[in-house]
Amino acid sequence: MRHDHLITSKQLTRGDIETILDRAAEIDADPSAVADRHTNTLLGLLFFEPSTRTKMSFETAMKRLGGDVVDMGSVESSSVKKGETLADTVRVIEGYTDALVLRHPKQGSATMASEFVDVPLVNAGDGAGHHPSQTMLDLYTIRENAGLDDLTIGIMGDLKYGRTVHSLAHALTNFDAQQHFISPESLRLPREVVYDLHQEDGGAGIREHESLEEVLPSLDVLYVTRIQRERFPDEQEYQKVAGEYQIGSETLEAAGDDLTIMHPLPRVDEIAPEIDETDHAAYFDQAHNGVPVRMALLDLLLSDDGAADRLGGGSDE
Amino acid sequence: MSDDHDHHDGDEHELRVSKIRSGTVIDHVRGGQALNVLAILGIDGSEGEEVSVGMNVPSDRLARKDIVKVEGRELSQDEVDVLSLIAPDATINIVRDYEVIEKHRVEPPEIVEGVLSCPNAGCITTSGEPVDSRFEVLEEGVRCDYCGTIVRDEIAALIDT
Repeated sequence: MRHDHLITSKQLTRGDIETILDRAAEIDADPSAVADRHTNTLLGLLFFEPSTRTKMSFETAMKRLGGDVVDMGSVESSSVKKGETLADTVRVIEGYTDALVLRHPKQGSATMASEFVDVPLVNAGDGAGHHPSQTMLDLYTIRENAGLDDLTIGIMGDLKYGRTVHSLAHALTNFDAQQHFISPESLRLPREVVYDLHQEDGGAGIREHESLEEVLPSLDVLYVTRIQRERFPDEQEYQKVAGEYQIGSETLEAAGDDLTIMHPLPRVDEIAPEIDETDHAAYFDQAHNGVPVRMALLDLLLSDDGAADRLGGGSDE
Repeated sequence: MSDDHDHHDGDEHELRVSKIRSGTVIDHVRGGQALNVLAILGIDGSEGEEVSVGMNVPSDRLARKDIVKVEGRELSQDEVDVLSLIAPDATINIVRDYEVIEKHRVEPPEIVEGVLSCPNAGCITTSGEPVDSRFEVLEEGVRCDYCGTIVRDEIAALIDT
C-alpha cells in the first residue's frame, strides 16, 4: 500500500519502517545533501494543542530540506475560536500548502482530517491516540542503541493515555521484540491497544506488569513516560504510585550494563538528573533524532520522484 | 406469515400482530430488542409507516422473541445487515400480497456507517464535525474506525436516534 498520509504506526509494515529509518540515517550522515531538496515547498503546521518540540522539530526538518512552514498560531487566535470545524480548517489550509502536520486533542482527528484533504497529512498526536512520527524517531534511536530484533523492551508509566506508547507498541510488533508494559493498574494499556497487539503478533511478545523490578534485569531498552498527576482523582492516589516508577541510580543497580533509557520528553521527575551523564541515557539523542527522521518522512511523502512509492514497496494496492 | 419453526405461535400471533399486505416482517428478534430494531432502521412512525410490534412472544428457538412488521417497506440488504448487530438471529421475510416472497437470515456487515454513536467523548466524531460515525464489525462487538474504541456490550445503546 502506498501511503499518502501518516496517521498511525499500524499502517506501516516492517519494510515501510526500514525505508524511513534508512532514509533518516542517510540524511543524518549528510544533511547538506538534501539542503535544497524541497525548495518552494510549504508545510502547514496545525497545532490545536500546545507543543514545543514536535512543532519545532517539524519546522526545522522542513527548513533543512529547503522548504518553509506556515503556522496557524494558537487556537485562541484562529478561526477555530469562532467555531470552525476541523474539516473546514484543513480544507482551507491545504489550499495554501503542500503538506500538513496536525496535532489535535481529539482521538481520530487525523483520520478524519485525512478524508478531507489531498495533500499529505502527518498525525503529530491525536489525543490519547497515536503519534507515529514520534514512533519513527523512537525506533531510530532504539535501532542505533540496541537493534530492533531480538529486543527486550520495557515501556513504563502512563500507558493508558500515552499516545507515544500506543504507536510504539504497534510498530514493534513488526520486529522480534518482547514488550513488557509496566504501569499502575489504573494506567494500563487501553483494551483496544492490547486487542490490536494480540491481533498483530498473536500476543506472544506482550506482557503487563505493575513492578519494574521483575523485568528490569532482562531489558535492553527501558522507555519511560510521565505519570501525569492530573490523571489521578486525588493527590494521595498519585503519591502512592508515582515513586514506584521513578528511575535513579539505585534503581539501575539491577539493570544490565547495556540498558538504554529513553523518554519522549518532557520529563518531570521520572528520571533523576544523575542518570543524564550515564551511558544509559539516550533521551536527548532521541529528541535530536526527531529532525533527521522527520526530514526523511517529509521527503518520502513529498517527493514526486517515486520516493513515496518506496513507502510500502511501491505497489499501489 | 409468522414463524415457520415456532409452530405454536401461528394463530396466536395473528391475534397479537396482524398480517401485512406488503412489506417486511423481522422475526426472531431477541426479546426486548424490537424498539432498538426500529431505532436502528430509523423508523419512528413520524412518516406514517404502519408498524406492528410483538414483544416477548413465545418461541421454540429463542424462548422469547420479538417480531416487527413494517407495512409498505422492503428493507434493503444494508439495513438488514445492520440489524445483525442487535438481532443476530433475526430472519427477514419480504411480503407481497400477503405472501412471503423472500426469506433470509441477517449477515453481519464489515462496516456500519452513520448508525451508531461513538461512546468515547474524546472521539472526533462526537465533536460536531461533518462526518458520519463508522464502525468496523468485530466477531464480538464493534470498533470505531476513528478512535479505535471497542464496544462489546450494549451496542443498542449506541444507536444514533
